[in-house]
Amino acid sequence: MSNGDNTAGPLLAGRGLVKAYGRTEALRGADVALSAGEILAVTGASGSGKSTLMHCLSGIVRPDAGSVTYAGRQLEGLPEKELSELRRTRFGVVFQFGQLIPELTAVDNVALPLMLAGTDRTESRSTAGEWLERFGVRAQGELRPGEMSGGQAQRAALARALVTGPEVVFADEPTGALDSLASEQVMTALVHTAREAGTAVLLITHDAQVAAYADREVQLRDGVVAPLGVTA
Amino acid sequence: MSTRHILLGLLASGPSHGYDLKRRHDERFPQARPLAYGQVYTTLQRLVRDGLAEVEGTDSDGGPERTMYRATDEGTRELTKWAGEIAPPAPFVTNEIFAKVVVSILSDGDPAGYLRAQRAAHMERMRELTAVKAARGADLATVLSADFALNHLDADLRWMTTTAARLTTLTAEVDTA
Repeated sequence: MSNGDNTAGPLLAGRGLVKAYGRTEALRGADVALSAGEILAVTGASGSGKSTLMHCLSGIVRPDAGSVTYAGRQLEGLPEKELSELRRTRFGVVFQFGQLIPELTAVDNVALPLMLAGTDRTESRSTAGEWLERFGVRAQGELRPGEMSGGQAQRAALARALVTGPEVVFADEPTGALDSLASEQVMTALVHTAREAGTAVLLITHDAQVAAYADREVQLRDGVVAPLGVTA
Repeated sequence: MSTRHILLGLLASGPSHGYDLKRRHDERFPQARPLAYGQVYTTLQRLVRDGLAEVEGTDSDGGPERTMYRATDEGTRELTKWAGEIAPPAPFVTNEIFAKVVVSILSDGDPAGYLRAQRAAHMERMRELTAVKAARGADLATVLSADFALNHLDADLRWMTTTAARLTTLTAEVDTA
């Protein structure tokens, strides 16, 4: 099955992905494709292989078999240095808990990827402020993550993931720790901002209401992409 | 949904005519089916017949003459009573999806295939509703009304997921028996 296929030339594609941890096969031949600017939800029960799929597609984990292609290039063949450069410049990642650096303010957290890429501190902070504005948390810019609400911190984490202008943002249960109102604010901000920036989003979630923000859904079941219902 | 009580509710803020009531209904309840003019006028006539509303007069406002209605004291009492009554918890177990799964099992059909197709249709509707509520400038009535539908569809989905998982277990048991 390859419900994720997109013949228009996907930006990111995984083909026949297999990954085992010890005796546990997390992925058993998963196929998925993401087009440029597309928001794709990957859903499935706990243990269905969602996070492993994301780790393979983002180059964090190398699959045991199968291949991942980004913009026509196979990730398997890339040396670690190039892979890490790709992850830093083209990919953005957000997890369930945003993993902001607790000692830094929101502005400095968002500015950090720009500074690491060589932009000076003043310009980085100014750009970071603009991205916090887009996510509606500029007023919290001088707060540290522990001083912000969960939803505010998560919006700052999204700003950090998008600040470098990545082509793909990987979001693993980005609203998993939030109540429904905060979840709605985070998802609305993510979808609007990603669409304006033309950024593709791979959204991992077990929550149908979160998946409904995406353009399309693929469902994982036991490590493979499950056939979606087709009305005859 | 009781159209007569909704119209009485809209009349609570002051006398109004049928066209205005229809317009305000459609604005207040954006996810509801728009009221047909015929339905508005029929309902207003019944409210008058039952003593819950009365004709206030006519208003032309430069255009065609329109009949103005207002709620009577009895209408106001009826509205207060209705608004405070709890809605009966619906007998959801008799819903169509459940019935189709049961019938499909009874007739050696494909309940799993049906549940997948139903799930896809539910997700499609949830994407439409989410796009409506996440649109820039969506007002709160629109958001809340979409949320109501989304939460109900989500409950259906969770039930379908659990049911599909149980169908798989049942098939496995039958195969190994």
